[in-house]
Amino acid sequence: MTSPATFTQAHISYAAVVPMLVIFGAALVGVLVEAFLPRAQRYLVQLGVTLIGLVASFLTLVLIARNNRGVTAASAVVIDAPALMLQGTVLVLSFFAVLLMAERFDTKYPDAFTQSGASVPGSPTETNAVRLGATTTEVFPLTLFSVGGMMLFVASGDLLIMFIALEVLSLPLYILTGLARRRRLLSQEASLKYFLLGAFSSAFFLFGSALVYGATKTIQFGALADAVASTNGRDDILIPGVFLIAVGLLFKVGAVPFQSWTPDVYQGAPTPVTGFMATTVKVAAFGAMLRLFYVALDGLQWNWQPVLAVIAVLTMIVGSVFAVTQTDIKRLLAYSSISHAGFLLIGVVALNKTGLSGTMFYLVAYGFTTIAAFGIVALVRSSGSEATHLSQWAGLGRTSPVLAATFSFLMLGFAGIPLTSGFTAKFALFSSAVGHGATWLVVVAVLMSAVTAFVYVRIIVLMYFSEPTGDTQVVMPSPLTGIAVTAGALMTLVLGVAPAPLLNLAQHSALFMR
Amino acid sequence: MDYSYAPLLFFAGIGAAFAIFSVVGAGSLAGPKRYNRAKVDAYECGIQPSPQPEGGGRVPIKYYLTAMLFIIFDIESVFLYPFAVSFDRLGLFALIEMVIFVLTVFVAYAFVWRRGGLEWD
Repeated sequence: MTSPATFTQAHISYAAVVPMLVIFGAALVGVLVEAFLPRAQRYLVQLGVTLIGLVASFLTLVLIARNNRGVTAASAVVIDAPALMLQGTVLVLSFFAVLLMAERFDTKYPDAFTQSGASVPGSPTETNAVRLGATTTEVFPLTLFSVGGMMLFVASGDLLIMFIALEVLSLPLYILTGLARRRRLLSQEASLKYFLLGAFSSAFFLFGSALVYGATKTIQFGALADAVASTNGRDDILIPGVFLIAVGLLFKVGAVPFQSWTPDVYQGAPTPVTGFMATTVKVAAFGAMLRLFYVALDGLQWNWQPVLAVIAVLTMIVGSVFAVTQTDIKRLLAYSSISHAGFLLIGVVALNKTGLSGTMFYLVAYGFTTIAAFGIVALVRSSGSEATHLSQWAGLGRTSPVLAATFSFLMLGFAGIPLTSGFTAKFALFSSAVGHGATWLVVVAVLMSAVTAFVYVRIIVLMYFSEPTGDTQVVMPSPLTGIAVTAGALMTLVLGVAPAPLLNLAQHSALFMR
Repeated sequence: MDYSYAPLLFFAGIGAAFAIFSVVGAGSLAGPKRYNRAKVDAYECGIQPSPQPEGGGRVPIKYYLTAMLFIIFDIESVFLYPFAVSFDRLGLFALIEMVIFVLTVFVAYAFVWRRGGLEWD
């Protein structure tokens, strides 16, 4: 028998990881609230716990973690400037997404979530749950768990922690997707598709990690970078490993050819959840992708840069062109998010400081616009459920001018018109590609921006220059949605007019630690 | 050329040949053919197969909750064993960590218990 190995305790800098601990702690409190509080009190308490948790986590991030950066927990967690910036982005965007999830329209309309997720749609169990006035307040702890996973995802220092964080952020999303109150079968179908494809892509990630470990004998990103720089015999399993890992990450951002789940899931999920997913998951997944390619694999750039460039071009083209033919507003926004993922990939391909800061700025700008857009989609209704067909949006400019004006402004933001955040973000991102000589990528990106601009302007034209049809009505939101949409639209304007503070922050944060 | 993996391939070949021979060859050539209902049932560890719901409906959800709980506590015990074996050398820090770990699992347990997941019918 061999002698027992000596145990060395890994040092954990709690001051650096305290924002994540706060989020996970709040999520556990949320689960206990579900378990022990009477049904009538749960909603308010859950909302309080979730919002306080998010705010407290953000405060600890700014006040404590920011001054305690470093590589911690046996190099498994890296709290550096990009990690802090991305974690902060996730927290702020989640705050507004939670406000959208909590929307109840002053109790005149029900919230977006089903009464009993485990019952068969249309069954006596469901009827009974409706009669009892049951609500799914579990969405709040589920969201918090997902947020915690995202924060770990962007700060992970090795492949295994990255995989665990990927699962922690994904599993709650699969459940949240299936909880829509209206069109439950569509929602459950979306949930199942997302789960199956997500499990599949996670397996790819894990296979890739195993191959990379086999080739380099390490999973830690810093050591991986050294091994990649010096290795020259085991490329035969290292390169496939790298690309299998990339499949797992590209799936999460919805890049072509792994985009097929995006429209179905965005359409089927409850609209506030779609807003949450469309923004924070993109932030987290691009954060992780940047860390992996910039820190661990920059020595292999001649291998992955051309591949990612091709994927970026395909993603931009497929997302933009398919968006033109969509007739459902949620599917349209899904394809628009695919094309934005393509734009963001340009920043990953650039592999320079401008690429990193540009991507982070773009994620913030895109996140705020998207949250506000989905907040508005939830307000346009027809006989109780959301009017997502484009024809139902005709003439909204006449019937509800404020909503139509706000939505038009957000669409212009997506399109990247000057004086919106979309313009500055695209400028910051595309300049990184010019910086490393990939001007052809920028040419494709600008062409595809023009195609998507057509899509967005078509919605504006539809709202202002068509006759109102049917019984489409705009629901007056409670302050919850009001705050979220106002903040999103305001940030779209502020980041377009005065982007300097955030651009500076992104530029100062654009340095990875190993 | 490196032949160090050749025995592996050789054994895989023997294994495949044996499987094909015993399933396709020997069984159909030498085995008696007596049919009864039990042979077309699904095989569930030798016990009676669980009855299918009327009209091809759903499998009762309680199966799944019990199985999930079992797996959660199974994994917990996987961590508890090495902890218990090397408890003397790990010290107070590991004890605190383990208590926190067990508590988080019990939060999930409390949720299932309070929301009626443990009631069989």
